Amino acid sequence: MIDPKVIENVCIEIIRKAVIYLPDDVKNALKTAYDNEVSDIAKAQLKAILDNVKLAESIEAPVCQDTGTIIFFAKVGASFPGIKYIEESIINATRIATSKVPLRPNAVHPFTNKNSGDNTGHFIPYIHWSIVDGDSLELTVMPKGGGSENVCKFKMLTPADGIEGVKKFIINSVLEANGMPCPPTIVGVGIGGGADISMVLAKKALLRPLNKRSPEPQIAEMEMELYNLLNETGIGPMGLGGRTTVLGVNIEYAHRHVASLPVAIAFNCWAARRASAVVYSNGTYKVLG
Amino acid sequence: MEYKLKTPLSESDVRTLRIGDIVYLSGTIYTARDQAHRRILEIVSKGGALPVDFRGMAIYHCGPIVKKVNEEWIVIAAGPTTSTRMELYEYDVIRALGVRMIVGKGGMGFKTAEACKAYGAVYTEFTGGAAVLAAQSIIKVKGVEWLDLGMPEALWILEVENFGPLTVVIDSYGANIHENINKRAYEKMSFILK
Repeated sequence: MIDPKVIENVCIEIIRKAVIYLPDDVKNALKTAYDNEVSDIAKAQLKAILDNVKLAESIEAPVCQDTGTIIFFAKVGASFPGIKYIEESIINATRIATSKVPLRPNAVHPFTNKNSGDNTGHFIPYIHWSIVDGDSLELTVMPKGGGSENVCKFKMLTPADGIEGVKKFIINSVLEANGMPCPPTIVGVGIGGGADISMVLAKKALLRPLNKRSPEPQIAEMEMELYNLLNETGIGPMGLGGRTTVLGVNIEYAHRHVASLPVAIAFNCWAARRASAVVYSNGTYKVLG
Repeated sequence: MEYKLKTPLSESDVRTLRIGDIVYLSGTIYTARDQAHRRILEIVSKGGALPVDFRGMAIYHCGPIVKKVNEEWIVIAAGPTTSTRMELYEYDVIRALGVRMIVGKGGMGFKTAEACKAYGAVYTEFTGGAAVLAAQSIIKVKGVEWLDLGMPEALWILEVENFGPLTVVIDSYGANIHENINKRAYEKMSFILK
């Protein structure tokens, strides 16, 4: 049996890591973006971003004041010995991290507008579950900012619209989002499955590191094509103009129903935060990345 | 052009500014997001008194992370929030309160630009997400009102020093950087969107 405190502490540690330290692939993409920009205004935005990232690390403060909605992805080994403690540990950790790190309290009751004060509430923190082989537990946290969440899009295309229709919808969504989601963004695309499935896939696509393309060549090619096209829009950092509108486009898919072509688009701001850890059956753990 | 300005701002201070100019702002600024904007207009429409005087001041679209240490509020992170959510209220707020500068990110719309033109105000942007950098220029939390709205939505009274670079995005002549950029973006993509 595993001490529930171990899972709780791991969760606190990865929440803290996620909100303060950006993943290396994101930092590298931002540095490359800074080097590629030519206009003063775009360079100034990226310089502020890079300075901010460094400063956040050195004083150990959250990189952005919007520490997001706390979303967990739990890959549970079928024979992991602490399954019944996972949910309560994640909820407790969210409460503790809110006062300790600190996080901004972002969980608001939609009917009363009352802020719970500790980032917990009905269904929040949200947990995406999956059961895998083995006896360990892999946890990933994605603190998801509101500005980039507000421009997420979903559309039920018809099969006749085809992949060309999907591309147009993605381009239109980025044009509509303009400067609002704090570009340069990561664009996560989920295609197929159904309305709910495509949106979950779009969210999961945001977790894939920027230096990893889809393993399927046709999809990897479309990711690159969209990456280049979207950066030609000139929307640029913060929508103030420039060469970098997106840091990456990640596409995931599920088989679609014969009659439907659902497409979901999730955005992550440049502060694309995520952190993971594995808890082993003997109670030890390892923070990943 | 680069300007160093201090609140309260005069009409001529802001009429000098043009889109693309950079401002470093010092003095007192007030944070306000959706809920605070709504409350401001509710109070004004009933002829009530606001807790602070907005005349010549700057409103910062920001929901900071603050921490109380020995009875004093410390700002941990305080970047701007998406300004379009306040588009609904900003015309009336600028008109009724005499605010001279709005600081946010992501752009604002036609009605705010109209108010900037009619009443002499500007909309500026600080880099979204650059929250620790922003917090560095906040030298003091002078007070807080409406904490019942929650930490992010409360009206924080902040003393800032050389807060910037703030890019002038909507000037008092109706020009709007995002509008220009967005128009060009649609033109560039028209070949594929047809």
